[in-house]
Amino acid sequence: MVWAKHDYDDIPGTYVFNGERSAKGYRINKMAFSFNDAANRAEFSRDMAAYCDKFQLNDEEKKAILDADFTRLLELGGNIYYLAKIAIFHGMTVQDACARMSKITTDEFKQRLLGNAEGFKSKLEKIGGYYHG
Amino acid sequence: MARLIGGISSSHIPAIGIAIAKKLQNEPYWKRFFDGYDAVREWLNKVKPDLAIVVYNDHGLNFFLDQVPTFAIGAAASYETADEGWGLKTQGSVEGDEQLSWHLIESLVSDEFDITICQKMLVDHGFVVPMTLLWGEDGPWPVKGIPLAVNTVQHPVPSAQRCYRLGQALGRAIASYPDDMKVVIVGTGGMSHQLQGERAGIIDVDFDLECIEKIIHDPEWLTRISNSEIMRRAGTEGIETIMWLVMRGALGDNIKTLHKHYHAPVSNTGAGVVLLENLAAIA
Repeated sequence: MVWAKHDYDDIPGTYVFNGERSAKGYRINKMAFSFNDAANRAEFSRDMAAYCDKFQLNDEEKKAILDADFTRLLELGGNIYYLAKIAIFHGMTVQDACARMSKITTDEFKQRLLGNAEGFKSKLEKIGGYYHG
Repeated sequence: MARLIGGISSSHIPAIGIAIAKKLQNEPYWKRFFDGYDAVREWLNKVKPDLAIVVYNDHGLNFFLDQVPTFAIGAAASYETADEGWGLKTQGSVEGDEQLSWHLIESLVSDEFDITICQKMLVDHGFVVPMTLLWGEDGPWPVKGIPLAVNTVQHPVPSAQRCYRLGQALGRAIASYPDDMKVVIVGTGGMSHQLQGERAGIIDVDFDLECIEKIIHDPEWLTRISNSEIMRRAGTEGIETIMWLVMRGALGDNIKTLHKHYHAPVSNTGAGVVLLENLAAIA
């Protein structure tokens, strides 16, 4: 009775969505999946806690959802595409959620993205054959 | 005989769909990205394919985690586009081709790709965003479509090598279809990005550009890299780039690069576009 180790386990700040996480977070993700239906979205927005109860979420899971604590939700087995369906109810985009998980503001997160991509045009020129724009 | 006339790779970032719906294509943030698709649209308008096979991953719309097929293909007369709960604009339905779908399925299964068969399939932004980029937002689209979903969400996901070989099997399947029609294949997703954890926000331009060049000239290169290594460099969601290999595998060796485009960041992602003509099918 042991979950297998993986060669990606040591990637820092990363929660690869494997069987262990999927099994753990099944009910969280199941609830989020129900938001594909607009009627369920309306029901959740009327009373988030009561809707969590319908999916047998425990207090810890419920608190993380109500607090939009996405890092905790990742630890509890939430998958990012399902967490994105929850983020919307907190008025948050995926980018806002990413910023929160990185413990920075959304503006700082956008700067991080720009910084990571900095200088890409000169690299395209060096390789050659790319659309210039 | 059906002819696979070309392959296209494209990101399928949901923010692109939102930008199109809000008509932001000429805003400074978006203009260079969108302009990079003009050449692909011109080519499509010239060659007028009859059908597009779109390789993408479902994001919790058609498949929940209770049943996760590694590879799944549509076999329906039409496919409904739907919103996966994010408030994205839907595009009505896409016309399918049941006969070609079942031919592909028979050929793939006899080729030892035991693909999941879907006579009903809702398609999400992974399918809709590339179709919209290539054929416009004022549907109905002037091509039929067949969705081919690859699991890139629930690990273990297939290896880059398995995706490449699926593409090769798909190429053989298309070439053996007796109807005279023109097919294009679209490999979507990626490139580098990570949407989760403290490491969210990864963009690795060097890896993305190496992927583009190698996928064109030496696709076996990516098949030798493990999924863990791809995630380490390109981010957990960057693993989607393996789906480009399904497109590339289908084309074979006799190709001509008609267009290359890269822009970053697009939302949280490095976004690449490649248009490859299949000279073997044009001749």
